[in-house]
Order: sequence, then C-alpha cells, then structure tokens
Amino acid sequence: MDIQDLIIDDRDRGIFRVHRSCMTSFDLFRRERELIFNRCWIYLGHESEVENPGDYRRRTVAGRPLFFIRSKDGRVRVFLNSCPHRGAMVCRRNAGNAKTLQCFYHAWTFSTSGELIGVPGREAYGPHFKRSEHGLKEPPRVESYRGFYFVSFNPKVEDLVTYLAGARDYLDLVVDQAEEGMRVISGSNKYAISANWKLLAENSLDGYHLIPTHRTYVDYMSGLGTDDSGDTLASRPPGAGRALGNGHCVSENISRNGRPIARWHPVFGEEAKPRIARVRRRLVKKYGEERAYRMADTSRNLLIYPNLLIMDFVAISIRYIEPLAPDRMDVTAWHLVPREESGAALATRLDSYLTFLGPGGFATPDDVEVLESCQTGFRASGNAWSDISRGMLKADPGTADELQMRGFWRQWHANMQGLSQANAQDGQPGGGER
Amino acid sequence: MTDNDRFALRASVEEFLFREAVLLDDWRLEEWVDLFTDDARYVVPSTDLPEGDPTRDLVFINDDIVRLRARAARLNSRHSHRENPRSRTRRFVSNVRVEETDDGQLSVSANVLVYRFRSGEGAPYVGTIDYILRRDGGDLRIAYRRAVLDLEDLSRHGAVSIIF
Repeated sequence: MDIQDLIIDDRDRGIFRVHRSCMTSFDLFRRERELIFNRCWIYLGHESEVENPGDYRRRTVAGRPLFFIRSKDGRVRVFLNSCPHRGAMVCRRNAGNAKTLQCFYHAWTFSTSGELIGVPGREAYGPHFKRSEHGLKEPPRVESYRGFYFVSFNPKVEDLVTYLAGARDYLDLVVDQAEEGMRVISGSNKYAISANWKLLAENSLDGYHLIPTHRTYVDYMSGLGTDDSGDTLASRPPGAGRALGNGHCVSENISRNGRPIARWHPVFGEEAKPRIARVRRRLVKKYGEERAYRMADTSRNLLIYPNLLIMDFVAISIRYIEPLAPDRMDVTAWHLVPREESGAALATRLDSYLTFLGPGGFATPDDVEVLESCQTGFRASGNAWSDISRGMLKADPGTADELQMRGFWRQWHANMQGLSQANAQDGQPGGGER
Repeated sequence: MTDNDRFALRASVEEFLFREAVLLDDWRLEEWVDLFTDDARYVVPSTDLPEGDPTRDLVFINDDIVRLRARAARLNSRHSHRENPRSRTRRFVSNVRVEETDDGQLSVSANVLVYRFRSGEGAPYVGTIDYILRRDGGDLRIAYRRAVLDLEDLSRHGAVSIIF
C-alpha cells in the first residue's frame, strides 16, 4: 500500500480513516524511526531531576541509551551512553550522583562535562592520540524550554521554541501555575503496553472514551460527593479539541473534578479551601481573571508531537511513550508539582493524581486493557480502517470530537511522506509542505 | 517470650496471612477489606523507588479505607476492564517474620509471590509485604499494608490491576 493512501482525509464530506496497517507494519515502524523520531525534537527529561552538580539520570530516547547530568559548572548536559573508546555504557545506574564518570571496561574516565580526563597507560598511545578527540559524545541537538529538555538527532532541526508552535502557550499555562517553578518528584510509574504507540497518543487526547471506558472512575468520584450521577456525554461541557501545529494537539476542558492548584472539590476536604482560595487570588493578581481561570478551572491533555503528553487535570503527569515494536511500547510517567507545595497541599495533589492516573489508579489500567484489545483485534482486521471523523464538519469541535487526533495523524502522515508540515485543521485543504 | 510463645505467635500470624491469600485468590474482596481497621492504609511504592513515601513521592497505590473499599467495588464491577474477565491468581506467602512492637501491635514481613494468568499471558508479581497488625479481640486486623515489588518495572504486567 502506498504511504499516501494510508489515511483517507476527505475534508468536504467529513470522512477520516486510518488504515490499521499503520499500527501493525514493521516497515512503517522502521520508517517512523527514520522520518519522525530521527527528525523531530524528542523529550528527554526535566531539569529538576538533576538539581545538584553531578546528579544524573539515564534514559532511553527513541531507542538510544542516553543520560543527562548536571555538570560542575551547573549546566545540564546530555550524552550518548556509550564509551567513545569501545562502546560500553558509561552510566550504568538509572539515577545517582557522580564526581567523574568511569567506564568499567578499560577505566577511561570522564568529567561531568564529558571531557576525557583519565586514560590508564596513556604513554602507550602514539603522538596523534588526542584526549580532546575522545570525549563523551552529545546528541546533535539539545535544547530546553522552561525546564523541559529535548534532544534531536537531526542537526538541521528548527529551534525548539519554533518547533513547539502553538503548544508553547499550553506549556506556559502549566508551568505558570507554580509560584516558584515546577519540579518532578521522586518515583516514576513505568509500565508497558502491547499495542502500537500511536494508540496511546490518541487515547490520551480522546474525550469520547471517558465515560464508557472509565465508568468505575466516574462512579467513584460521584460516590465522594460530586454529583456526577447524570454524567453523560450530552451533559458534559464540550470543551475544545485543537490542532496546534507541527502535530502538537490539545484537548482542553472545563474541569468537573477538582484541580489541586486552585479549584476546590469535596475530595480535597474543607481544610484545603483557604489555601486554594489564596492561590487563586495570587494567580488572578499575576495573570488576570481570564488566564487564571484557564489555569485553575480548565484542564488540558497536551500532546507534544510525537510522543510526549502533559496531562494537566487531576494533577500534572508527564507521560513519555517509547515505541519498541509495532505492537509494543514502554510508558513512563512522572509527577510534576509546584515547588512551593509541601505538607498538606502536596499530599492533596499526590492523592488526586492517584485516583485516576498510574498503573494502580482507577482508570489507567482500563486504558492499557483497551489498547491491547485494539491491537489484538487488528490481527483479525488489520486490513480494515479505523474511523476518526467525529466532529469533522463542526466549526468548534469539542473534546469528545476528534480534531485533536486528526491533527496528530495529519502530521504523522505528512512526515511519513517526507513532508515537514501538515495542514492540520479540518477546514484547510489537505496536503502539506516540504 | 519463650521459643514456644514465639512459634505460636508466628503460627497465628501465618494462619492470618494464609486466610488473607485465600480471600484474594477467591476474589472475596469485600471480606478482604473487612480485615482492615478504619484508619488503615494500603501502599504500593513505585518500582524505581521501593522506599517511596506516599506523602512526598510518586507511588502506584496509596489507599485509605474509603479508597480501598472503592478499589474492591471497582474490581468487582464488570467495568473494571483489565480484570473482566477476571484473571486467575495464586499466592504463595513465606519467610514470615513477626515482631511485637512496644505498643502491642505486630510488625510483620512476608515474602510474597503472586502468579497472575489472563489472556494467554502469565507473569509473577514478586516482593515483600510489610504489615502492622492490631489485635482485635481474639482476631487480627490490618492497620498498615505496604506491598513492595521487586520488579524493575511493570513491563510484563502493564498495571497493578489485582491486589498485590
């Protein structure tokens, strides 16, 4: 099947279909690696994960073992986790603190800024051996935006802020909630799903599945005093699904449940009310009513194309998807919290996170199940099409519509054809730019 | 405490843990929740931070009695999709260690292996469970249950969809 035929995108008739081989084909998986993951900016980690000089974290990013470390001069540096000498992994723990880094194979030693500073038996090498040529290698590009570090294996990639396009404002809406900046707390939720990675990107933005798939969560919340008993798709605020350019998308809604930052809910307890009111006043004073309202009362599931999600609803989760095979992905989730929160405020937020999120939460296991169910179903129907046309002819699609998923797929389809940019909006003509 | 007292105490705790294992394997979850005190807590730390503190760190599960009851109700619901149809589980509880604390409670640790089978897959949850048990008349109640997984991640399971 030709790449250009994998998606049917008829914007006049409101038909949008994705061929299921996009989720099952090894050839397409290899092509994604090349044309998407080797060309885009890919999330690596948050600056707060390496607070002190020498702190490091190990990551696998688009199949490559990397690590990042705060060097003695205070800069965050990213290295390929492979000794320049013979290739062994230099960083062999997931996290820690190091004054220097030593490869355990021949004991070559590197500074925290990557220079080769120790070679046992140095005198046995010839005069043309230069230590300066054997430092730890960095990915071609590393940039950060407001604490979020990204890497790119494409030396010619546009700068990160340009790449983020309309997603930048949504990242600001998350980060600006904190008075003293954000930090990732200790502990991460690591799990895997036997399904194609794009299914989780879709699912994370999909407001249509919430009530049918997550009924037990809705029931639990209504049992705690929110009146969600009449919660149906028709009774929900429509919210907005948006395509933000470069494949980034958001599903933005008026929150029905609490928001730990500044929207009270019975589940937080009476004692939380004064603090939440205080934070709200601070946000209004600093950002004005409208922006404070968006921070406090609306939630957003933001996809940073291709494989990062910032889930800002019951709490803020950073969800990173690492594709392993057409039918397999690793998922890591971290919890982002305002630095100024501690004690009761932090406990409330932690508690709120766990109701919905995480592999032990009341909703995430259902998503794992449903994605695996789709992937298994594709074995019977791999030659069929998935329909993603909901709300396609609407002027203002809501979160239960699917513009935010079409925006993702349109960028994917453009990239897979070697184009850099899709026309992502339903109202635009199809096609893309070189 | 004589050796005989110690053996008797451990035997009674083991009896209690074996009974708990049966309730969980038989999916009698409401009876299982009834083993807990009203101020109880059930914690499962993240796999990368076994020492994780749920008031400070990201964990998998941190239930008070209200959420624990809700968890049992959810697992009994046909809308708990990861466990509908239910998995088969078999629990093995061993290496039970018991210490009596100064306030008369029992601090207990046990090695636990739970095999879970479903949808053609079978994978073990392995770890240690630490308990604080409280005497209640002639019976024991769970005041604290911290289940620490030895797994490096949940790559073979996708979720903690059963009670570990």
